[in-house]
Amino acid sequence: MFSNMHAAVLAAIINLNHPAHVIEWHFIKLSVANVVVIGLMLVVFALAIVLPFPGAARRAAARRSAGGR
Amino acid sequence: MSAPPTQPELPAQPEPPAASALPARPATWTGRVREAAVAALPPEKLLPESQPTYVASWIYVFGVASLASLVVIVASGSILALKGPAWWHYTGVGHFFNSIHLWSVELFFFVMVVHLWGKYWMAAWRGGRARVWVTGAVTFLVAVPCALTGYVSQQNFDAQWISTQAKDAMNAVGVGAFFNLTNFGQMYSYHVLLLPVAVVGLVVAHVLLVRRHGVVPPIPLASSSSGRARNSHGASS
Amino acid sequence: MSRLGAMLRAKDDTQPWSGSYAPYDLVKELCIAVGVIALLAIILTVLFSSPDEKPSTIAQWSRELPVNFVATAAEELDGTSATAEYGPPYNHNSGSVQHFLFLHPQRWLGVSHPINTEVDYVIDPLETIPDDPTLKAALAAYQAAPAKTRKAWGEAYAKPLEEYEAAGEEDKPLPKTVAVNPSTGEVSVQASGAGPVPTMMASLLTLAKAGGVDGSLLTSSQFFQTDYTKPLLFMADGGLLEKRAEAEHLLGEQWGMMNETGSYPGQVWLWLYTFWYQVEPFKASPSGDLDVMLVMAALSLLFVCIPFLPGVRDLPRRVPVYKLIWREHYQDA
Repeated sequence: MFSNMHAAVLAAIINLNHPAHVIEWHFIKLSVANVVVIGLMLVVFALAIVLPFPGAARRAAARRSAGGR
Repeated sequence: MSAPPTQPELPAQPEPPAASALPARPATWTGRVREAAVAALPPEKLLPESQPTYVASWIYVFGVASLASLVVIVASGSILALKGPAWWHYTGVGHFFNSIHLWSVELFFFVMVVHLWGKYWMAAWRGGRARVWVTGAVTFLVAVPCALTGYVSQQNFDAQWISTQAKDAMNAVGVGAFFNLTNFGQMYSYHVLLLPVAVVGLVVAHVLLVRRHGVVPPIPLASSSSGRARNSHGASS
Repeated sequence: MSRLGAMLRAKDDTQPWSGSYAPYDLVKELCIAVGVIALLAIILTVLFSSPDEKPSTIAQWSRELPVNFVATAAEELDGTSATAEYGPPYNHNSGSVQHFLFLHPQRWLGVSHPINTEVDYVIDPLETIPDDPTLKAALAAYQAAPAKTRKAWGEAYAKPLEEYEAAGEEDKPLPKTVAVNPSTGEVSVQASGAGPVPTMMASLLTLAKAGGVDGSLLTSSQFFQTDYTKPLLFMADGGLLEKRAEAEHLLGEQWGMMNETGSYPGQVWLWLYTFWYQVEPFKASPSGDLDVMLVMAALSLLFVCIPFLPGVRDLPRRVPVYKLIWREHYQDA
């Protein structure tokens, strides 16, 4: 009834089941995984603000047809 | 020969209302709720096919990404709930859906916080949108204990450790008397029903408020004259 | 309008938008977003899966750390364990009762989950063991004795165990008053004046190794049970959970609140909660939990009320991140 027969097929490609590496800075101790998540959030936020959003031509046409400002 | 029987006299039909007369207020609660809802959010405002041209940044997709993450969380959580809390420990398929649930939670907090950062730097509470900010902030604050109840419902070592540690904080504030982290049945109920309902309810209110008020316009540049009102064009913001 | 009202209401020059609109398909966007997020979750699942460290049991604890188990059981018996001394919601003591100034919420909400450690963790499980006249006699003698005598017996038995554990923690030579039989796993404690306690503890250890204490603590009040409070608090009083947690970087001083077992990301959003525990005055405070929760409650309230906070609500206008976000709009203007 309860079997692990499919477990091998669905096992992770990268095994994270080992004790975490920890980054220590003064009194701050963060696991590598958490640092990666926080770092990614900052990078993604910066990219979201900086990268151009598609549809500029469509919006320009809408502004023109509305008579500009 | 007698006269044919006359038709009984019909009551006089009421005059059609004058063009200037106000429509009658619905007499039923249903009618009044419908009218209030349609007045607050007419269909074209609830589901518009256009957005102001300033909605032109990738930062705007993090709101819908938060919503999408919540959909995946609820879907994967529903599959876990179908088979019961022990299933994922014993089968590969169960473990697969548990992993989806965990990663969608990580994604949910990831995109929600980026969304929050964006909305702060846009000062998105302007123009009468304080309730939009408030509902969003409260959603985040309710999502944190929703996640916590999930962690203590895992029925593994992580759940044992988190529940025996976090119980001290709950007890210290007095909440431990009626919110017992080491009571699996209670925590599972909170996690599967009560807190998700609260999160979804808050998100619905948040999204409806955004639809009602529209996406916040850009902060006027100090040197621009964008503060002047323009001729109305389409739906108001 | 009052001055407070004027302060809370920001000077808001935001006008309703009366400019141009461009086509934007919200439903399509949502469908795409669900697809992208689902795909990302599946990719992360295939790459990393999720952690599932098996839970500890009292049986494992008693087999892996028999001296620690017996030492903890002795503390439960003589009322000196962390749970025994805790206070509300488990009992009326005050070992872990926290307060801040005049706020005593832990006391105010009272004892809602009563635990009598002497009875719940030792006497009741032992009484489930049938057909053991020696144990039955020891239990009878213990329960018939006055409280003062019981306490003296418990303390006499617990003392060598405490010395043994302390020596182990400080890497000093272990006293010979406590010994573990390598073949039977029995723990023998040289303690005079301990009365029937050694007999009771030996039986409790055997019961624990067989899984009887796990079962007994869970179903003590009824067959169908989902409340693991008693077995969890018993294990938390001992050393096994902490030993595993330390190896997984889950202890408080390891910023463990944010961490997950293995090398997985944890509850990263708890960073500010766990931060306060690392700094004074919270770090050394006996009411550190309450102090941190009060600070976080206050900050959470401020977070919700940002639209009404002068200064905080004005910062976005001063730091021109918005000029990047809306640069297309400003350029067109």
